[in-house]
Amino acid sequence: MILWAVIALVGMAALAWVFRFAGQSVTGNAPKFRDMPYGVAFGYVLGAAALLWLIWAYTQGRSSEQAIANKFFFLRIAIEGFILFAIAAWVFRVLGRSVGTAWSKKMFRSMPLTASFGILTIIIYAIFAIFAGVIAPYGQEQIIPGVAANIVPGGDPALGGDPEFYFGTDQIGRDILSRLIYGAQNTVGIAFATTLLAFFIGGTLGFLAATLGGWLDQVLSRMVDVLMAIPSLIFALLLMTIASVWAPQLGIPLTVFMVIIIAVIDSTRVYRLARAVGQNIVVMDYIEAAKLRGEGLGYLVFKEILPNATAPLLAEFGLRFCFVFLTIAALSFLGVGIQPPLADWGTMVRDLGGFVNYAQFAPLAATAPLLAAGAIALLTVAVNFVVDWMLHKSSGLKE
Amino acid sequence: MGNVLKIILQRLALGLLTLLIVSIVIFVAVNLLPGDFAQSILGQGATPEAVASIRADLGLDQPPVTRYFQWLGGVLQGDLGTSFAQANFASFTGTDSGATTVAQQIAPRFANTMFLAMVTAAIAVPFSIMLGVLAALYRNTVFDRATNIFTLSSISSPEFFLAYILILFLAVLNPIFPSLSNIFEGMAFSERLEKSMLPALTLTLVVTAHMMRMTRAAIINLLASPYIEMARLKGLSPMRVIVKHALPNALAPIINVIALNLAYLITGVVVVEVVFVYPGIGQLFVDSVKIRDIPVVQACCLIFATAFILLNLTADIMSILSNPRLRHPK
Repeated sequence: MILWAVIALVGMAALAWVFRFAGQSVTGNAPKFRDMPYGVAFGYVLGAAALLWLIWAYTQGRSSEQAIANKFFFLRIAIEGFILFAIAAWVFRVLGRSVGTAWSKKMFRSMPLTASFGILTIIIYAIFAIFAGVIAPYGQEQIIPGVAANIVPGGDPALGGDPEFYFGTDQIGRDILSRLIYGAQNTVGIAFATTLLAFFIGGTLGFLAATLGGWLDQVLSRMVDVLMAIPSLIFALLLMTIASVWAPQLGIPLTVFMVIIIAVIDSTRVYRLARAVGQNIVVMDYIEAAKLRGEGLGYLVFKEILPNATAPLLAEFGLRFCFVFLTIAALSFLGVGIQPPLADWGTMVRDLGGFVNYAQFAPLAATAPLLAAGAIALLTVAVNFVVDWMLHKSSGLKE
Repeated sequence: MGNVLKIILQRLALGLLTLLIVSIVIFVAVNLLPGDFAQSILGQGATPEAVASIRADLGLDQPPVTRYFQWLGGVLQGDLGTSFAQANFASFTGTDSGATTVAQQIAPRFANTMFLAMVTAAIAVPFSIMLGVLAALYRNTVFDRATNIFTLSSISSPEFFLAYILILFLAVLNPIFPSLSNIFEGMAFSERLEKSMLPALTLTLVVTAHMMRMTRAAIINLLASPYIEMARLKGLSPMRVIVKHALPNALAPIINVIALNLAYLITGVVVVEVVFVYPGIGQLFVDSVKIRDIPVVQACCLIFATAFILLNLTADIMSILSNPRLRHPK
């Protein structure tokens, strides 16, 4: 194994040298090849080798021999998915460039493929989340009578599937596809509400601290310092322990506690940003003018400061949403987040996770937990791509 | 140098103060629980005498302030209290089952978690600095963009997704590493390393992106400075310019971000430890949360917060030490 790796590396090293030399001879010493460092030539060869290996693995995944096809099944799906997403993003960008207002056309023209992929994904998630009740074939808690549990995804009866339930059923016979769709509503919806709450708390307090200053600023800032000194997931888990005792006594669902806890913990980060941005705005002349006009505190915060702080807050909103979403998913995965019977991706991964170990013999069975985990990952990746692009754009397109 | 020492001492004092306040926050949070431990241990049908006896035993009949100082004093002497878990409860009723104190329960797991964090750091730090240097060297090429997309995707995926992907490819489809990290005492180092490889790789994927992007950004920031141009005009190769001239000056932000990511490692292990059943402090924490074993939860929380604050403090002090402008404030 190691011997083979060494041989392959030495072979590629030699090939890199040959590649550069051949390039120099064929192009008559064009600057590109003449000034090429050896490392770059090696990089090209390494990239080509990786590409060749992927193509080979893809053909293996389509092999007629079941054992080999099983082994490369996931790589095949990944490659197909990657190409499919790339094409979809490209088509979406082309559409965006030709349809719509002048402003949106201009926006799409300067957009990298990753950002258009992100926007497309967010739109699709939003549609699924809003219309979950219409799209999903079954209810999220519905145990369909007369249907077996643990139907394998894929819809092939020979492999233990059922065309009626293309994504299979879970351990007590609920339709996984429906639960995935409702998961968009629950997980994304709750994360979105939590982020909004965090922004409401953190933003208001941050702007207030920036505008009023003095002891309020001092007290709030020191409180935030202390809260930020405790790692957020740990603190959330500690508070959830306490909430899980209180929830049944007060008759309030645990999920409500979770939303409040995470919103408060995350609002500390929002507070920091809002206060910093606010302090830069408060010293402006127009704020002074508004104060001299005798405007009230509410007017100052919402009409003067907020509109001028939208851009950094919006980028922060995207990032914060990702953090909140991942925290909720992690809590649910650990079993203390969104509670059953609500369909939720984190819980689904925990419940179905064991199936990954059957991947070698029944690759389709192993897809169920990965679908739920992948649904989480896809959304956060998409939001991050969009935020990355927005930050890059607002930083003036420099390196 | 006296000036630096003063700043560092100030930071240390501030860190200790923060830690003290954090301990109060944790204590108050735990005391928000309705009822008390004695009641919840004995259940509904307990006689008042039994409850009172256990309360006296645990010191629960004292006022909260006294209890806080008792707890704090115990913690400072390494006594984290006694676990309330069902198995350990036996000692209160007289049937001794080798009940352990919280400290005994936590110590070996803490060592395991530190081991995992160190293995991860040993892989992730060189790897991400190398990637960052390469990305800065070949900025705005296909390589740079591919690295960017890869790291951005890995940092924004949930840890358990990365963990299951690694299990799928490196444990199930190609049995290279074991998917369960059942580590026990007296295990040979190589075996231990092999068993903790998959969790370490998962954590590496999680922390690499941040460190790599910081390295890249710090180096690119420096590339416009005159002394780099001088080095270029001397005819040095791009690699040499970056590694010998730019990297040493970019070390301050890089060290800072490494310390911050190590702080994340100590606390971010929770989910990864659960997926791989790694017997670390994170798993103990989650288990205790589920059975509401308050002393353990309290102690774990305090340990995590301490590690977090210490590493943040280190990052702070490092960046002061490496930046002359902060070292000699006006």
